[in-house]
Amino acid sequence: MSAGHQTDTSNHSHAHHGVNHGSLAGYLTGFGLSVVLTAVPFWLVMTNALGNQMASAIAIMAFAVVQIIVHMVFFLHMNTRSESGWTMMALIFTLILVMIALTGSLWVMYHLNVNMMPGHDMSQIP
Amino acid sequence: MFDNPALLKAIFGRLTLESLPLHEPIVVATFIVVALGGIALVGALTYFKLWGYLWREWFTSVDHKRIGVMYMVLGIVMLLRGFSDAIMMRLQQAMAFGGSEGYLNSHHYDQIFTAHGVIMIFFVAMPLVTGLMNFVVPLQIGARDVSFPFLNNFSFWMTVGGAVIVMMSLFVGEFARTGWLAYPPLSGIGYSPDVGVDYYIWALQVAGVGTLLSGVNLVCTIVKMRAPGMTMMRMPIFTWTALCTNVLIVAAFPVLTAVLALLALDRYVGTNFFTNDFGGNPMMYVNLIWIWGHPEVYILILPAFGIFSEVTSAFCGKRLFGYTSMVYATIVITILSYLVWLHHFFTMGSGASVNSFFGITTMIISIPTGAKIFNWLFTMYRGRIRFELPMMWTVAFMLTFTVGGMTGVLLAVPPADFVLHNSLFLVAHFHNVIIGGVLFGLFAGISYWFPKAFGFRLDPFWGKMSFWFWVVGFWFAFMPLYILGLMGVTRRLRTFEDPSLQIWFIIAAFGAFLILLGILSFLIQIFVSVRRREQLRDDTGDPWDGRTLEWATSSPPPAYNFAFTPVIHDLDTWADMKNRGYQRPLTGFHDIHMPRNTGAGVILAGLSVVLAVALIWYIWWLAIVSFVALIGYAIAHTFNYDRDFHIPSSDVTRVEDERTRLLAATSQAG
Amino acid sequence: MAHADTVIDDTIFHLEDDHGHAESGSSTMLGFWIYLMSDCLIFAMLFAVYGVLGGNYAAGPAPKDLFDLPLVALNTTMLLLSSITYGFAMLEMAKGRVRPMQVWLVITGLFGLAFLGIELYEFAHFIHEGATPQRSGFLSSFFTLVGTHGLHVTFGLVWLVVLMVQVSRHGLIAANQRRLMCLSMFWHFLDVIWIGVFTFVYLMGMLR
Repeated sequence: MSAGHQTDTSNHSHAHHGVNHGSLAGYLTGFGLSVVLTAVPFWLVMTNALGNQMASAIAIMAFAVVQIIVHMVFFLHMNTRSESGWTMMALIFTLILVMIALTGSLWVMYHLNVNMMPGHDMSQIP
Repeated sequence: MFDNPALLKAIFGRLTLESLPLHEPIVVATFIVVALGGIALVGALTYFKLWGYLWREWFTSVDHKRIGVMYMVLGIVMLLRGFSDAIMMRLQQAMAFGGSEGYLNSHHYDQIFTAHGVIMIFFVAMPLVTGLMNFVVPLQIGARDVSFPFLNNFSFWMTVGGAVIVMMSLFVGEFARTGWLAYPPLSGIGYSPDVGVDYYIWALQVAGVGTLLSGVNLVCTIVKMRAPGMTMMRMPIFTWTALCTNVLIVAAFPVLTAVLALLALDRYVGTNFFTNDFGGNPMMYVNLIWIWGHPEVYILILPAFGIFSEVTSAFCGKRLFGYTSMVYATIVITILSYLVWLHHFFTMGSGASVNSFFGITTMIISIPTGAKIFNWLFTMYRGRIRFELPMMWTVAFMLTFTVGGMTGVLLAVPPADFVLHNSLFLVAHFHNVIIGGVLFGLFAGISYWFPKAFGFRLDPFWGKMSFWFWVVGFWFAFMPLYILGLMGVTRRLRTFEDPSLQIWFIIAAFGAFLILLGILSFLIQIFVSVRRREQLRDDTGDPWDGRTLEWATSSPPPAYNFAFTPVIHDLDTWADMKNRGYQRPLTGFHDIHMPRNTGAGVILAGLSVVLAVALIWYIWWLAIVSFVALIGYAIAHTFNYDRDFHIPSSDVTRVEDERTRLLAATSQAG
Repeated sequence: MAHADTVIDDTIFHLEDDHGHAESGSSTMLGFWIYLMSDCLIFAMLFAVYGVLGGNYAAGPAPKDLFDLPLVALNTTMLLLSSITYGFAMLEMAKGRVRPMQVWLVITGLFGLAFLGIELYEFAHFIHEGATPQRSGFLSSFFTLVGTHGLHVTFGLVWLVVLMVQVSRHGLIAANQRRLMCLSMFWHFLDVIWIGVFTFVYLMGMLR
């Protein structure tokens, strides 16, 4: 069912060498999965089904990650073969940088706030 | 109607006659000189009827070689502007002692140091680096052009657009007075209510679009357009560094775009990203802009490393020592450059854990860089070294850059940085690596590839004059700043109290004067070389006994670069071809498919400049009109499907036969 | 990597016959993908800003006072539907059927418009309640992040219309197919960004 089965570069004209348009089954699977993966987090937050904010937060983030992967595979047709793997390489590189910039900024700014914002407990300082 | 203020405001925004800096004699004098020079240039071009030629053959050209050359011209012109700022600062600081105010008032001085930094990084170093990559990379990989030739032309004109906006600020209104990174809250609307920071923002946004697109273009070119047989590990090292640099451009410039857009929102809309109240956080700006800023340093230095590698290998007549380690060192630097940004603001107060992490990553980056230095040294070891100009720049680089690198490692130690932060020591450090690394590399690259671009060498005598003035001038200009920085003198000061410091500033000003002579010698070198071009001519296309593919074609290369697509068997392709008795094909040429020239890039960039100026001066009607025109023209451009043509085989045959004749004449004469 | 993996005779230094080497358009998909990666980094920065400033309410409204999750769910549905309909358009394109493809593109555009309409309604509602972008760091970063996504969708819609005109004029020629595929990537990419937005901004905001 993987969209990759459609790839038959030899039959395509030069202009879309190595590109695949996906299949009906692929799109429908992707759509079905993403509906579920969207509905569940909304339901979790709106009904507070887990009764615990931390657990809900972790759960919805996990759902987001899975849904992003679903979209990448079924809608954007990501695989390790297109353009000899360069699209995948570009994606992984970008994700690493996004992680560095996001977590780095949050980490740096959190420590800045802890250390520099007035109003934290000065009595702790000897 | 001219005395209705509301109407004037609606038409001209905040642009008034008072916006012209007529009260600044220095600026007025500069304006007169620039205006006279401009009129002379325009007059000469008109007199010699060159406008049509320039428009058809250069401005609208999608040929990567011509665009590369235009980038170089832009960089050199802007170098003159950036250097004028530098020598004005050096003079001011050498004079302003013992109650003297010097000759620059603070309003003007603050604009000068900001403009100096912005121009040197964005409009000198970036165009020169991009220009060399544009010119050399397609030739080195055996391609006919870049992946997106029109985009390349558009990128160039956007860079020019940014430069035009900065230059405008000199004569209409003013430039930012915030330092080259425009930290808020100083750059916020509260403390900088006038147009200076807006000029800064829009100049960088316009130029940034160009830089980003040219990055995408070159990455694609290197990935997709390599000649058959050129695997990744057979790519010339300059192409490798160009690939890494353009990956960095694509990954770093969006950050700059985003952070400047947020600053613009703060200034135009009144949001609270980097304000001091309503939940804004100015330090977030500092954090974000250095996420761009540090990779930017490597965007500049990596191609310079590539140039030194090519030059060392060519002028030692040897394969580059440790090619593989060089490639991996470049990749490691590319990734590590994203993990060190906080070392620019250790003193912000993120605490010991954060500072030590970034201190250590910074020190780790010196390891791959050190490995490169050893690779060059081992390439020279037992090589048959020819001390031509490019090689001289390379040796000067190794000596100078190593010092700059070591002071960098010193600054990477957070406790040391707390002492030296914002001091002249830091200023000396980054000039040491940027001049000693990037600029020396660019000069090496210019003298190395100039014969390829124009078919004659640069005059060696004036080249050596320029070299010695630059190198000696550099040491005189910046060693005193290390000493002053260690004594605690901070950067960006206009006047000084302590008379014992003055001698160091005078030495530094003397160094700047030597560098001035270096720049003049460089200009004379170009002038003299053009005059003596017949004596300096090279008909072989391979004046240095080169090793990579660009030397296989004629100088200057034909529009299509290679009549037949080359096939690669070895890392040093051209050396391999020469060794194995390669015979140039003389017959059987085909039609060659090439992209067509277009004026769309000039028009789109021009409209962008109009839009930027309208936004800077709050001329809202013009902003709307130019924005609509920009989008409309871009859409109209996509309706043009007829974008390429074929060079007929008869033309190819004519050009190639001419080269055959020249080569025969040269070998007989030799 | 146009020819790099071809097996090559060791004594040949050039290709006698090399059409296709500099074929225009062969790099477009990769080039556009790289552009999208850079766009992704712009969004990453906006997410980072939201992450740092998103808790700074400046005594103004907080997510819980503002967000209406059923509305966001409706909006998400619009975008998801537009994604699948664009996919259907691409399937028709692969079969070379212009008419059905145009119909699916129109439907995609309508879903996109609905998404934008709902988002603008939401913004207008917030501003009406005094929750303007100027009110606090949280609201500045909220409006900028969500608004930038909305601007991208707007741009995608303009592009969609232009492409529909171009297809109706020239049919499914190679250049138009390439452009449709680029827009496809762009459209699905905006979907991916939206997953981040509804998770980190809306859902996490309600948990704060």
